[in-house]
Amino acid sequence: MPQWLDRLLGRQPPSAVQAKERLQLVLVHDRTNLSPAKLETLKDEIIEVISRHIDIDPQAVQIDVSRDGRQQRLIADIPLRPVRREE
Amino acid sequence: MTATVVTITSGKGGVGKTTATANLAAALATEGQKVVCIDADIGLRNLDVILGLENRIVYDLVDVIEGRCRLRQAMIRDKRLPELYLIPAAQTRDKSAVSPSDMVRLCNELRPEVDWILLDSPAGIERGFRNAIAPADIVLVVTNPEVSAVRDADRIIGLIEAEEKGPARLIINRLKPEMVRRGDMLDIDDVLELLAVELIGVVPDDEQVVVSANRGLPVAMDGNNQAGKAFKNIARRLLGHKVPFMDLEANKGFFDRLARFFRTTGE
Ligand SMILES: Nc1ncnc2c1ncn2[C@@H]1O[C@H](COP(=O)(O)OP(=O)(O)O)[C@@H](O)[C@H]1O
Ligand SMILES: [Mg+2]
Repeated sequence: MPQWLDRLLGRQPPSAVQAKERLQLVLVHDRTNLSPAKLETLKDEIIEVISRHIDIDPQAVQIDVSRDGRQQRLIADIPLRPVRREE
Repeated sequence: MTATVVTITSGKGGVGKTTATANLAAALATEGQKVVCIDADIGLRNLDVILGLENRIVYDLVDVIEGRCRLRQAMIRDKRLPELYLIPAAQTRDKSAVSPSDMVRLCNELRPEVDWILLDSPAGIERGFRNAIAPADIVLVVTNPEVSAVRDADRIIGLIEAEEKGPARLIINRLKPEMVRRGDMLDIDDVLELLAVELIGVVPDDEQVVVSANRGLPVAMDGNNQAGKAFKNIARRLLGHKVPFMDLEANKGFFDRLARFFRTTGE
């Protein structure tokens, strides 16, 4: 059952779906020792360092841990602002 | 003969390691293989009662390791099958009585004598686990399709890789097809996606496992039942046969889901 449909009908998703989603997060944490809070801190610091050198939009920065088999990868997506030339 | 050493382990306790060890041993022996199973759960001896051999114990694993008896003397033969032996755990000692190198030495002594050495590991990530995986050629991780068991399986799979004993292969035990159908139990694909390991077998939850344990006769030797069949399939996969996975998830088709949809919205 698609989850948006469950939400539309105000129902809880099946418990197995909840189990899987929760486990996905827990396993990333267990494997990397990276809690959601730590990830937020990391993100703030990365934004700060990069902002010192280039102009970026802090709101648009995305940092996530992606899973590739049993390997975890830290993926940062940092859109750069176009250079505004001052004439 | 040069035995393959298979260690059966898990993160969480009570998921079915001893049941799996007894049944794989029985199934391999039924296939004409010479099998020794070793209960490495020192202090919590159990494989003997599951195999129905508890009344025949004279010497145990620690007696062998500490030189109080010869290896042969601690091997109890199961008379119901041609070549199945058990080396029981010591009941009055703890895990520190055995070291990983003791286990490697013991298995090396046994290797030329048999086809398979199955090691029933204690749960957890401590000394007992290290003892049990030290001599392993193949490590099987047992889990149940439940959050805590899957989480702990992930830990143990990581440790097996770190000890360079991987890749581990997974047994999903106690699957309840009816709960999966209702969406109330993780299914096989969910567990495999989460753990990212190779599956070697799925064993359904089956009351017969308890009945057989009562009798001291592993389900794989106890007539025709689903769990026994699943264990026999795993044994044949260990022997290198291509055995298709049992269909435990019947009726997951479109109409079934449609029916379920209307049932749940109607409440
Ligand atoms: N497939 C199964 N169906 C039903 N009961 C099972 C199954 N596998 C194990 N059990 C039961 O679960 C309990 C724990 O099993 P056991 O093999 O002793 O686990 P472990 O060795 O991992 O602690 C036992 O009571 C056993 O009978
Ligand atoms: Mg056990």
